[in-house]
Amino acid sequence: MKISEMEREEYVLPGNTACHGCPSTICLRTVLKALKGRAILVIPACCTSVYMGPFPNSAIKVPVFNTAFASAAATASGIKASLEMQGDDTEVVVWAGDGGTYDIGLQALSGAAERGEDIIYICYNNEIYSNTGIQRSGATPFGAWTTTTWAGKTEHRKDVSEIMLAHGIPYVATASTGYLKDLYEKVKKAKEIKGFRYIEILAPCPPGWRFPMDKTVHMGKLAVESGMWILLESVNGRFRFTGVSRAIAEGKRKMRDLEEYLISQERFSHLSKKEIDEIRRYVQEKWSRLIKLEGEVDAAIAKFYV
Amino acid sequence: MNVRILTGNESAAYSAMKSMVRVVAAYPITPATPVVETVAKLVESGEMQAKMIRVESEHSAMAACIGASTAGSRTFTATSSHGLAYMHEMLHWATNARTPVVMAVANRAIGPGWNIWADLSDALSQRDTGWIQLYCSGNQEIYDTIAMAYRLAEDRKVLLPAMVCYDGFVLSHTAMPVEITDFEGFLEEYNPKWRLDADNPFTHGNILPPEPFAELRHNIQKAHDRALKIMKKIEDEFYEFTKRETPLIIEEYRTEDADIVIVTMGAIASEAKIAVNSLREKKVKAGLLRIKSFRPFPEKDVKNYLEGKRVYVFDRAISPGSGGQLFREIRSALAFSDVKSVVPRVVGIGGIDVTKRTIEKAIFERKIWIKEVVA
Repeated sequence: MKISEMEREEYVLPGNTACHGCPSTICLRTVLKALKGRAILVIPACCTSVYMGPFPNSAIKVPVFNTAFASAAATASGIKASLEMQGDDTEVVVWAGDGGTYDIGLQALSGAAERGEDIIYICYNNEIYSNTGIQRSGATPFGAWTTTTWAGKTEHRKDVSEIMLAHGIPYVATASTGYLKDLYEKVKKAKEIKGFRYIEILAPCPPGWRFPMDKTVHMGKLAVESGMWILLESVNGRFRFTGVSRAIAEGKRKMRDLEEYLISQERFSHLSKKEIDEIRRYVQEKWSRLIKLEGEVDAAIAKFYV
Repeated sequence: MNVRILTGNESAAYSAMKSMVRVVAAYPITPATPVVETVAKLVESGEMQAKMIRVESEHSAMAACIGASTAGSRTFTATSSHGLAYMHEMLHWATNARTPVVMAVANRAIGPGWNIWADLSDALSQRDTGWIQLYCSGNQEIYDTIAMAYRLAEDRKVLLPAMVCYDGFVLSHTAMPVEITDFEGFLEEYNPKWRLDADNPFTHGNILPPEPFAELRHNIQKAHDRALKIMKKIEDEFYEFTKRETPLIIEEYRTEDADIVIVTMGAIASEAKIAVNSLREKKVKAGLLRIKSFRPFPEKDVKNYLEGKRVYVFDRAISPGSGGQLFREIRSALAFSDVKSVVPRVVGIGGIDVTKRTIEKAIFERKIWIKEVVA
């Protein structure tokens, strides 16, 4: 697909109150284009609930229902059930941050995924609680400075996309603000599938990660190129690396040095060599686990289905 | 006439079905579990045309109900005790979002220690969430009140969520004959003024600055005020439709010539009626005022019925540090009236049985009153 073939209509309007260089607006714009504006958005407490603007204005041109922090997936389930009873097939899409997905909203998310609700859940993961001003979340990587981990986070992050894989839902994908065409195509693909679909986007946050605001897309690319963020997709259990991550997994492309990614953000500026090595170990372990998983899935498919 | 022997919980579930509920999201909790089970059975058998979401928590149950309601469906759920406490955040959400969700609440104590028995403190601690609160004292009344609650909640002059409360086990698990009325005609298919619609996009619930927020809260208070008037209308229409006199606001029993009036809510009121008759046999002119609608609180009616009386308020709940919640409401309603005295009594906490003897004993304990009223 060429960029010129993307939907021209805009659904996230200028004049919204997002920070300069906000990854969420860029990605939401892309997502709503891929859905051609035919969606009802459910948004829990997150940056988007602020930047859509105060009543009576709104910067989002599709129906939006704001809901409480912990209940995005449950609210969306209710909306979908109601639409189904009325014969309305509008797509219901959750747009939530990592706080509402990884932490306070995980129970509702897991419940909705297990019930196989016919909704798309999209998490824009900026690895912090950015709405309340840069506090640690379950998605914050080891070592990162936040206002609740002044000396750097002492634990590694968890990975909800892997948790979603374990739910056996028909579609799981990760994306990055660095590759919007990839995101666009993944949303379009998700739209064609029925059932619970989960997409997680890495959203580099300039004020939260402490990097210049013109570097959002660049940072989204660097995260993938350095192996810190992995692009993947699973359709009905068929698990694959995609894009740059696929090239890395197949050995066609070398990973960029992780340090290059880390030093370009002030949140990691205090890290010692030992701490950087710990992050490196974590990233390597994750890669080898996922490569093995892809191999096992392929072997299983070869064994049982061919 | 279609009469069936139903428990309070079954009455609630059947009423939801006959009220043309289209989405149910619920999570089991003792003693409300059989509502959830019965609805599931009715939906699976195709008798009830609704979608049931078997959510993973009460918080999600209420969230799903709010979502379904804003998307244009009549919604129902049921819970109790800890489940209701867990919903607390979403109860506020339902009110401010102006979603007419109706919920059955089988009243139960809140732990620890684990206590599954009747106690109104679960619902009364949700007093300030903006929900309409109706307390029933019989199973037919539960059946009727749920349909009436939809009429009230969905009235465009009201648009508020409503909880229909009944004492756990005392009513929830006790079977009584219940006349199963078809509510078609009394209720129409839910047809809201607005709903989430891709063809008509709007943003619901974004940031609300202080002035419009104060206006929103003011409008909710106004809606409660209007609800009291609309309740009277619904009572009349319901009588026309079913020939059953089911109160929504208050029930008065032999208060006119009474010297002493018992004021209470829920199942205790049924027992109090027997106590009134028994007291009258003992030459004590007693009466009963049952508060059905705790929110909105019918202050004017309370004043009218209790002016010049000796009032005994029985609470099956307590607000520690303040006393019985109903007692406080009654006393403040009577602040500038010439009521003789208002006496509180907290009874039946954690499911302790409240019988006519409990009530009679409490009244005879006030020897001054007995001297005054028994000539």
